[in-house]
Amino acid sequence: MNVLEIQHLVKEYTDADTPVRAIDGISLTVAAGEFTAIVGPSGSGKTSLLNMIGGLDTPTSGTIHVQQQNITQLTAAQRIDFRRNHIGFVFQSYNLIPVLTAIENVALILQLQGVSKKERQQRAVELLTAVGLQDRIHSRPANLSGGQQQRVAVARALASRPTFVLADEPTANLDSKATENLLQIMQQLNKEEGTTFIFSTHDQRVINKARRIITVEDGKIHTDEQVVPDSATTLAPMV
Amino acid sequence: MNILRMAWKNLWRTKRRTLITVASICFGVVLATLMRSLQDGTYSNMIKMSVQLASGYIQLQHPLYQQQKSINHSIAPTASELSRIAAINGVQTVSKRLSSFALFSSGSTTKGGSVIGIEPDKDAETSNIQHWVAEGRFLNKGDRSVLLTQHTAQNLHLGVHDTLVLISQGYHGVSAAAAYPIKGIVQFATPKLNHLGVFMDLGLAQEFFDTGEQVSAVMITVDDYNTVPNTVAAITAATDGAYNVLDWKTINPDIVQFIESDQSGGMVMIAVLYIVIGFGIFGTIIMMVAERKRELGVLIAIGMQKVRLYVLLFCETILIGVIGVIAGFSISVPIVVFLKKNPVQLPPELATTYAKYGFEPYFFFGTTPTVFLYQVLVVFGMTALIAIYPLWKVKTLEVTTALRS
Repeated sequence: MNVLEIQHLVKEYTDADTPVRAIDGISLTVAAGEFTAIVGPSGSGKTSLLNMIGGLDTPTSGTIHVQQQNITQLTAAQRIDFRRNHIGFVFQSYNLIPVLTAIENVALILQLQGVSKKERQQRAVELLTAVGLQDRIHSRPANLSGGQQQRVAVARALASRPTFVLADEPTANLDSKATENLLQIMQQLNKEEGTTFIFSTHDQRVINKARRIITVEDGKIHTDEQVVPDSATTLAPMV
Repeated sequence: MNILRMAWKNLWRTKRRTLITVASICFGVVLATLMRSLQDGTYSNMIKMSVQLASGYIQLQHPLYQQQKSINHSIAPTASELSRIAAINGVQTVSKRLSSFALFSSGSTTKGGSVIGIEPDKDAETSNIQHWVAEGRFLNKGDRSVLLTQHTAQNLHLGVHDTLVLISQGYHGVSAAAAYPIKGIVQFATPKLNHLGVFMDLGLAQEFFDTGEQVSAVMITVDDYNTVPNTVAAITAATDGAYNVLDWKTINPDIVQFIESDQSGGMVMIAVLYIVIGFGIFGTIIMMVAERKRELGVLIAIGMQKVRLYVLLFCETILIGVIGVIAGFSISVPIVVFLKKNPVQLPPELATTYAKYGFEPYFFFGTTPTVFLYQVLVVFGMTALIAIYPLWKVKTLEVTTALRS
């Protein structure tokens, strides 16, 4: 079942009076349970694509359907509700709320959803345990390493049981060990919980773990490949 | 996590800045309160000095007396009327006065001035003229001697135990002339009042002017001059409108004019102070929003509606204001209360200048509730106004731009 369907997506903006086409007619689908990497050089359009998939930005034309709902027709406030209930975000710089502890950061999104205190505490502890931070649940971000912060961010992204998780360069600020650890957790969640992950990256370690690699160049999909994880073997080109 | 709790935590993530802002609000409130208290105390004292001595806070007069201050426009309030007035809430004292003009003579010197008949037994609670007796002694009820103000005595070259000759026109043209011994010399702090003339027992004045039981006015003092309008209404009702009931403002328009002009100057000073406080808070809020742009973007990205963010930021701004205002209020109350009880004496040079303008050489402080309330309300209102800025910033926030910042 497809959780994401994109049709003829175009994003144009003006940079110093010069029209720029950041996304140039992209169409793709993502099925539930995929572990997909969007790769490409800087300025290729992968972050713009992720922003529009996540409802953070609106396209100039084209449609994005998430579980049959066309999110390009939503108002700004409706998009916020949509993001809260359907999409988990993992950012490059972790972006945890500094005044909140790990458990509060994870539980915040559940609170926004109106989940009861007991239930959200339980879910937050579960998720932090799943990412190996059961002994750091009351630590503030400032007292956690980069890798630990990113694991809290993953737990936060999963808290609302989203349709999929969007991760923008999730390992860019992590060392090898923390990257390996994070990827293991994400893969485990993908396999065991069936969580769909879509991430932009140019980290080869991440690309090696992906089961589908979409290469974006100049705002267009250059290649879209199903691969065997950890070997980067091409299975079948889709485009 | 409760929004208010999150706002509280956010405030203390940059402790030093929050403390500096709170301190600036706090000292702003303290300074503004001190300024207002000083104004209040000065006015209150000025009113007390001039009004209580010369006119009372409220007067009962003949309907024509205010326009034409003639002894012929006298009144004779009954004992029951005076009792009803005395029973009104807020009324401190009720005393009768008979005032007119006379020529004072001594040897070849003659001078014009006021002759004021007072009730010596009520003086301590009303005008407290006895406090200002510089030579000799104060009057007793039934005395047939008089008190002379200092400059009048000097001009007439008279002292205690000398005799003063008075010539005037009494009630309905009766000829009034008499000679009285001088029992004391009165020296007020306000130089203008030292030219006033003569104080004597009310009975003696009524005899001199031949008014019988009539008086020029009934002087009424109140606990708090701010309650005067209500008391005027109550007295008018208690006397069935038989008299003209005037407040001190109507009787002394010159004092009102002075207070109003001085108040305008004071308001400018306080406005400057408020502007300084306002920009202090505004600067903090600008920084607070600017350095958290990305965080605000993240909160919106993960699903926090902007309205909820408005509430969060509004709470943070208001909390800073509330802490500063409470701290300022807590500090200013004991200071002002202490200064009210212990007025600051001016240095001799300044004291001379003050005396020239008719003021006592002290800084007086007032504790009228509005002195504190206005500062609290103004600073709080200002904070609430400044809280619009973060709301506007959130409203115009582009999530993708914020996440890149």
